[in-house]
Amino acid sequence: MSETDFDIIVVGSGCAGAVAAYTAASAGKSVLVVERGVFAGAKNITGGRIYSHSLKKVFPDFEREAPLERRITHERMAFMDPASQLAVDFTSPELAEEGRDSYSVLRAPFDQWLAEKAEEAGAEYICGIAVEELLKDEGGKVCGVRAGEDEITAQVVVLAEGCNTVLAERCLGNPRPKPSQMAVGVKQVLELPSGVIEDRFLLPEGEGAAMLFVGDCTHGNVGGGFLYTNKDSVSLGLVATISTAADGANEVPVYQMLEDFKNHPAVAPVIKGAKLVEHSGHMVPEGGYDMVPRYVFDGCLVAGESAGLCMNMGYQVRGMDFAVASGQMAGQAAVKALDAGDTSAAGLASYKQAMEDSFVIKDLATFRKWPHTMEGWSSMFTDYPVMAREVFNAMFSVDGEPQRPLMKRMMPIVKKRGLLRLAGEVRKAVRSL
Amino acid sequence: MSKVREITVNVDEFLALDKYEVDEESAHIELVEDPDDEEFLKLVRVCPAALYKIDEDGKKSFDYAGCLECGTCRIACEGTIVKKWENPRPTMGVEYRYG
Repeated sequence: MSETDFDIIVVGSGCAGAVAAYTAASAGKSVLVVERGVFAGAKNITGGRIYSHSLKKVFPDFEREAPLERRITHERMAFMDPASQLAVDFTSPELAEEGRDSYSVLRAPFDQWLAEKAEEAGAEYICGIAVEELLKDEGGKVCGVRAGEDEITAQVVVLAEGCNTVLAERCLGNPRPKPSQMAVGVKQVLELPSGVIEDRFLLPEGEGAAMLFVGDCTHGNVGGGFLYTNKDSVSLGLVATISTAADGANEVPVYQMLEDFKNHPAVAPVIKGAKLVEHSGHMVPEGGYDMVPRYVFDGCLVAGESAGLCMNMGYQVRGMDFAVASGQMAGQAAVKALDAGDTSAAGLASYKQAMEDSFVIKDLATFRKWPHTMEGWSSMFTDYPVMAREVFNAMFSVDGEPQRPLMKRMMPIVKKRGLLRLAGEVRKAVRSL
Repeated sequence: MSKVREITVNVDEFLALDKYEVDEESAHIELVEDPDDEEFLKLVRVCPAALYKIDEDGKKSFDYAGCLECGTCRIACEGTIVKKWENPRPTMGVEYRYG
């Protein structure tokens, strides 16, 4: 092989990039990470919670080392109409079991820790400068990067630039994600004392809650709200599919949706008195399996969000566990290709095989239909929360008038919507879950 | 022209809490001259930083200085009214302290 400045260059130090760098550097390869933030994490945002299983495989001691916020043992899902909320609230010791547990995190501290791990393993870092171009040799093989005036060469480039895939589109020819495949996320970090968080969210000391909201939080648009408790703050925000949020039928800008969500009677009390410390925005790839682009090229592997590796199931939102796993697999495939002396697409193909054999591609494939189901299921975001309000008002509200049997109170609420239509919608959704 | 409901929130106050290194010399996002109304309204609706504004007289404005670098405007309108979308120059732009 020809002489290059590094064996591997990693573009972007998020969950995928830092883990790819750590993996390759630990195997003795020379690794350079180019990160556009002035420190790793400076440009990164999560909702967020990380399911820890894949992180555990890379860092068996992460629980002691990583800057985690809270272990999530309290799950909550809520349907909200403009004034009401119906929630499913779940706590269980299994949620805390090693290997299936999850943690709230903030990316500025978390990604700096990941970058430290990569540096300790021997990776070099350049921060504060964005890669502007992937360099290619005369045969079209990626052979390095250009950042500002500098051209730096490598046998393999791991592209982990996040979901705003500027380089993958301009230099690798991957398609620009469609507005229907991407959601815009807007989030605020709101400070509250840790004791207040534990009181308000009914948490044992140090443990955390995750809450997902459907319905009026996005004013009926496809999307949802989220709240994660950190140590002494909460991350509160929402995501909305870009195509529907941008559409003329939606009259409420996403930042106003967030403000209305914060003022909703079910949300306002839990953030009362909290101090806003950061307002952030980030996109989320939500197209699932059908938006996963090509991720193995001559001399280049694409990992994490850049490969569309995210899943929003409504009750479960995943991205960072996919990113960590894909970063590890990309690092391993790059090492293997370097050792075999073939860093062409064929030489790097073990990445694709590993991804397809793992939960990453398997889970995306299993739930392939879900994004389309959500898109075509507008009543989930508009009428179902209203129906829930009617049903539970009929159940809980007592006015002293002689009561009719429960079923007689319920049936009109369901019937006016069409029992068969409701059953059909739910059956279709359950099939894609 | 499609409608946008009355805005009751001042996002500029939120952005004032964020940390930025604003590149005064170079805009990393540029729009075409005289952008189409409906395309511009899309960006009014989806930009989480509320950087795309239409005032009472119908005058459009866009300021890249408070950009959160999410790329939503690029996905929504690259090829229509977003003429250029680059990452900010070295060490410039937003710097998340929490994330």
